[in-house]
Amino acid sequence: MPVAADYGEKIPNNVRLHEDRRLQRALEAWQPNFLSWWDAMGPALPTRDVYLRTAVNVGREGWAQFAHVPMRDYRWGIFLAERDQDRVVAFGEHKGEPAWDKVPGEYRADLQRLIVIQGDTEPASVEQQRNLGATAPSLYDLRNLFQVNVEEGRHLWAMVYLLQAYFGRDGRAEADQLLRRSSGSLESPRILGAFNEETPDWLSFYMFTYFTDRDGKYQLGTLKESAFDPLSRTCEFMLKEEAHHMMVGTTGIDRVVERTAQLMAEHDTDEVVGHGAIPLKVIQKYLNFHYSVSLDLFGGETSTNVANYYTAGLKGRWMEERRRDDHKLTDDSIMVDALTEEGEIGQAEVAALIGLNTDLRREYIEDCQSGVSRWNKILESAGLPQRLKLPHVAFNRKVGAFARIEASPDGEQLSAEQWQHRKGDWLPTDVDKTYIRSLMQPVYERGKIAAWIAPPRHGINGQPFDYEYVHLT
Amino acid sequence: MAPTAGGQGSGARLRSDGLEGQAGSGSRAGSGSRAASSAPAESGSAAEVGQTSSRVSFQTEPARYRHWRLAIEPPVATLAMDVAEDGGLDAGYELKLNSYDLGVDIELYDAVQRLRLEHPEVRTVVITSAKEKVFSAGANIRMLATSAHATKVNFCKFTNETRNGIEDATANSGQTYIAAVNGTASGGGYELALACQHIMLIDDRSAVVSLPELPLLGVLPGTGGLTRVTDKRQVRRDLADYFATRAEGIGGARAVAWRLVDEAVPRSEWDQSVAARAQEFAARSPRPPDGRGIQLTALDKSRSGDSIGYRHVSARLDHAAGEVSITVRGPRQDAPADVRALYHEGDAFWPLAVTRELDDLILDLRTNELELGTWVMRTEGDSQRVLAYDRLLLAGAGDWLVNEIILYLKRTLKRLDVTSRSLIALIEPGSCYAGSLLELALAADRSYMLAGQFEDSEPRAEAAAIVVGDMNLGPLPMGNGLTRLHARYLGDPDALDRVCKQVGDLLLAEDAERLGLITFAPDDIDWEDEVRIAVEERASFSADALTGMEANYRFSGPETMETKIFGRLAAWQNWIFARPNAAGPDGALRRYGTGQRARFDRKRV
Ligand SMILES: [Fe+2]
Ligand SMILES: [Fe+2]
Repeated sequence: MPVAADYGEKIPNNVRLHEDRRLQRALEAWQPNFLSWWDAMGPALPTRDVYLRTAVNVGREGWAQFAHVPMRDYRWGIFLAERDQDRVVAFGEHKGEPAWDKVPGEYRADLQRLIVIQGDTEPASVEQQRNLGATAPSLYDLRNLFQVNVEEGRHLWAMVYLLQAYFGRDGRAEADQLLRRSSGSLESPRILGAFNEETPDWLSFYMFTYFTDRDGKYQLGTLKESAFDPLSRTCEFMLKEEAHHMMVGTTGIDRVVERTAQLMAEHDTDEVVGHGAIPLKVIQKYLNFHYSVSLDLFGGETSTNVANYYTAGLKGRWMEERRRDDHKLTDDSIMVDALTEEGEIGQAEVAALIGLNTDLRREYIEDCQSGVSRWNKILESAGLPQRLKLPHVAFNRKVGAFARIEASPDGEQLSAEQWQHRKGDWLPTDVDKTYIRSLMQPVYERGKIAAWIAPPRHGINGQPFDYEYVHLT
Repeated sequence: MAPTAGGQGSGARLRSDGLEGQAGSGSRAGSGSRAASSAPAESGSAAEVGQTSSRVSFQTEPARYRHWRLAIEPPVATLAMDVAEDGGLDAGYELKLNSYDLGVDIELYDAVQRLRLEHPEVRTVVITSAKEKVFSAGANIRMLATSAHATKVNFCKFTNETRNGIEDATANSGQTYIAAVNGTASGGGYELALACQHIMLIDDRSAVVSLPELPLLGVLPGTGGLTRVTDKRQVRRDLADYFATRAEGIGGARAVAWRLVDEAVPRSEWDQSVAARAQEFAARSPRPPDGRGIQLTALDKSRSGDSIGYRHVSARLDHAAGEVSITVRGPRQDAPADVRALYHEGDAFWPLAVTRELDDLILDLRTNELELGTWVMRTEGDSQRVLAYDRLLLAGAGDWLVNEIILYLKRTLKRLDVTSRSLIALIEPGSCYAGSLLELALAADRSYMLAGQFEDSEPRAEAAAIVVGDMNLGPLPMGNGLTRLHARYLGDPDALDRVCKQVGDLLLAEDAERLGLITFAPDDIDWEDEVRIAVEERASFSADALTGMEANYRFSGPETMETKIFGRLAAWQNWIFARPNAAGPDGALRRYGTGQRARFDRKRV
C-alpha cells in the first residue's frame, strides 16, 4: 500500500483519505483504469497544458485555484460539502430522523442504482465532447471545454468515491463498469440514450451545457436532499461546479446570439450566412432539439420508482426544504401532462408522489426560460424584433405522455404526415448541420476568435481574452 | 396439522361412541390470556419485568408431565396419552378427548427423546390412550381456531418434527413405536398412530380411525397424515381420497383391508395382543440388553428479553434489527479417550450437550421470537478438537449411545433446515466450523468467511479456516436424504469430489470460496459493511417471501416423505390456514362447533 501522504497529494480530498484503508486500496486499483480511460476517451486534441481551475478544498479559498496544468496530471479530487452534524431527513417516511452516514442495507440496491445512473452521465459527456477541441472557436473556449471535461471527470470520481466507500464489493464492481461502458458503443453503451450521441459542433456543445447539464443540475439537486448524507454532501459540492458548466453554455449561446444580432442589425438582414454567422432560425432549431431531448431525461410524467425513492428518503424534490407542505405527500395530488381520452394534449390528476418527475421537470422548464429571456434581451438591445422561445412541452418528445403524438413548437397537435412535412422547420436539418459544421474551423491563435461567435466580455480569473489559456503541443 | 372429528355441528355418525366433540358447547368461550400451566411458560424473573406474555419453554421431565403417563417395563415402554382438559397452554380452550396443543406435544417430544437416550433397555414403545373409548381427537380445534396464523404454523412444524423423530427411532435406534389405538383416533390422533411402525386398532364396533379435517374443518390433516397414508402405508389413492373426505372414519376389517391399520384386535384379546406384539418387535431390536442409559439433566439455561445462554451456546437478541446472533462454542476439553469415558461424562459430553442446547435454542427462538427473522451464526473454538470428537463418535458408531447422539445431531440440524428464518453463517478467525459444526455453515442460506485477518487482531491470530470432515459425508443427512454437501453440489459431482478430496485439510477463505463451500470471502476492509448490508437488506424484505424462497432453495434434489410433509403438505396447509374458507369468520375452522354451517367461497384457486 502506498504511503498515505502521497494520496493526499495526488488526490486532493476532504474525506480523510489518508486514514481510510478501504478507499486507498479501492482508488489505487481504480485510478490507473481511470487514467487509461482518460487517455483513450478524454479530449482528443493534444495539449501541453491548460489554464485550469482545480479544487483543493471546499472552502472559498480552496475551491478555485488556477494554474496551467497538463490535463493528465489534473488533480481530480474528492470533495464533500461540510458536514452538518445535526442534519435530519427532510422528507419521506424517515422525515425527522437523523441523516444516514452509512447505507442502510434496505436501500442498498436503490441507492447504488441512483449513483450509478448519475455517475454514468459524467464520463459520458466527456466522451461525447472528445473531438470538439479540433474545432474550437478560440483558446478561451477551448479552455472552457477542457475545464468542463476535467470537472466531469471529477464528478465521476465523486460518484466512484461513493460506490467504493459505501457499497463494498458490489460498489467496486459498478465503479469499474463506469469506465467500461462508453458513449455510443454498440457493445456497452452509456445507460441513458441522450448520452450516446456525439456532440458534433460547438453550437451543440453550448446547447448541451445549457440544457442537458441543467438536467444534471436538477438530478443532483434531488440527490442533494438524500437522507444518505455522503451522497447529499457530494452532490452539494458538485452543484457548484455544475453551475459553472451551465455558465459556459449560457454565455456561449449569449455570444452566438450576440454575434448574429450584431450582423443582423449592422446589415439589416436575417441572412447572416454570408457573413459566416449562424442564422437565428438555426439557433432556434438547435434550441428546440436540445431542450426537447433534455425534457425526456426527466422520464415519464409519473413514476412509481421515483415515488418509492421519495418515500424512502433517497431522492427529494428540488429545494425540498423550502417547500411548504408535509414533505410526505401521501395525501396530495398533482396535475401532470397527459393525453386526454380524446387523445389531445391535456393534463390529468395523479397522486403527488407518483407525479414527482413532473414536479422536477416543471422546475427545470422555468429555469430554462430564464436563459431564453436573457438571449432575447440581447436581441432587444440590438433593436431586433425577433425572439427565441422554448418549444411546447409536447414538442419532439420520445418519452412520456407525448411520445406517441407529434406536436408543433406551439403545441398544435400534428398528424405524422404533417410532422414529416414540417419538422425541418423546427429541428436542425442536414443542410443546417452541414452549414454549422462548415463554420467549425479551429482558431488557436491567442486573442483571435471565429466569425460566428462574439468574444467574451471577461476572461478567466481576471485574465484578458488574449491570454494563452491553452498551450498546444 | 391434524385437528379432529366428532363435532356436534356435522352429520357425523359418531354419537354412539359418546364423543361429544372436543369443541362442543362445554368449552369456555372467549380467548383468554395465556395462562402458565403444565410444562410451558417460564416465570419471568425480576429482570424481565416489562416482557409481556410468558414464553413457551420446551424443557420438561416425566415427573412434570400432565398429559402423558410413561411406564417402563423393559423391553417395553408404554406411553399413555391422558391429556388434562384444563392443562392447555392457553385458557381459551379445554383439551377434551385427548385433543392436544403445543404443551401436550412438548411432553411427547421430551418422552421420545428420553426413551432414546436414557433407556437403552426400551426396544418397543407402545403409544396408547389412558382414556376410555378415545385414543386421541387430534389437535384441539378451538386452539386452532383462535390461534394466530404463525402459532398454528409453528405448532404444526414442531408436531411434525416430533413424529419424524418417532419414525427415526424406529428406523435407526431399534426402538420401535407401536400405536395401540384403543379408541377412536381422529385427525391428529390418527396421524400420531401413522408415525408408528405398527398400528393396532381395537375392534369394538365403534372405534375408528379418521381424517375428518377436510369435511369438518376445511383444512388438511397436516401432520403428515395425507403423506403417510399414501407414501408410507401405501393406501390406494382413490381409497385415501374417500377416507379423507369421510368424517366418520373407518374401522374394523375394512380399515385393515385398506391398510389404514395393520390389525384390528377384538376387545377381549386386546391387552394380550398388544403385549405380544410389543415383545415381537423388541426381539428384533439391536439395542444392547445390558446398556446403561445416561440422564438428561435440566439444561443450564439463562433467558432474558435480549439474551439466551447455555454452557456452549449463546444468543444475543436484537429486537430493533430483527436479528439474533448465535454463538456455538466448540469443546473446551479434548475428546475423551474412548467411548467408555463418554458414558462418564453423560449429558455433559460436548456433542450431546451442544446439540441439546442448540435444539432448545432453535425451539425457543422459533416459538417465542417471531420477529427476529435473521439468525447470524458464529462458532468459536478449536477445530481440531471438534474433529477429534467427531472421530470418537464415528469410530464408536456401533455403540447405541454414540448412535443416538449422532442421530440427535442429525435431527437438530434438520430442525434448522426447516426453520423459517434467514440463516447467515459468519466464519471468522477463532471459529471452529469443522466437521459436525461445519454443518451449521452448510445449513445456512449464505455464509461469509473472512479472508485474512482482522486488522486489529493480535498478531498471532490465525486466519479463519474451515475443515470438511467425515461427519459431512454421510451421517448427518437432510430431510431429502442427501448430505448438505451433496445437496450443495447437486448436479456437479466433480465439485463434490474435489471437496471430498480435501477432507481434514484446513481450508482458508480463498480455498473455501474456490471450492464453493462459502458464499463470499470479504477481507477485513469489507467485512463489516458486507455483513451489515446483507443482514439489513434481508430484514427489509417480505418475511413470507423469504421463508418461501429459503424453503425452496434449501431442499434441492429428491423428494422424500419428510420433504413432502414440510414442503407440499405444510405449504398447502399453511395456505389453507390463511384462506377465508378456513380462517374467515364464516370459515369452517371458525364455524366448527357453533352449530352454524360454514360458508365457502366456491372459486377454485
Ligand atoms: Fe457533472
Ligand atoms: Fe456538467
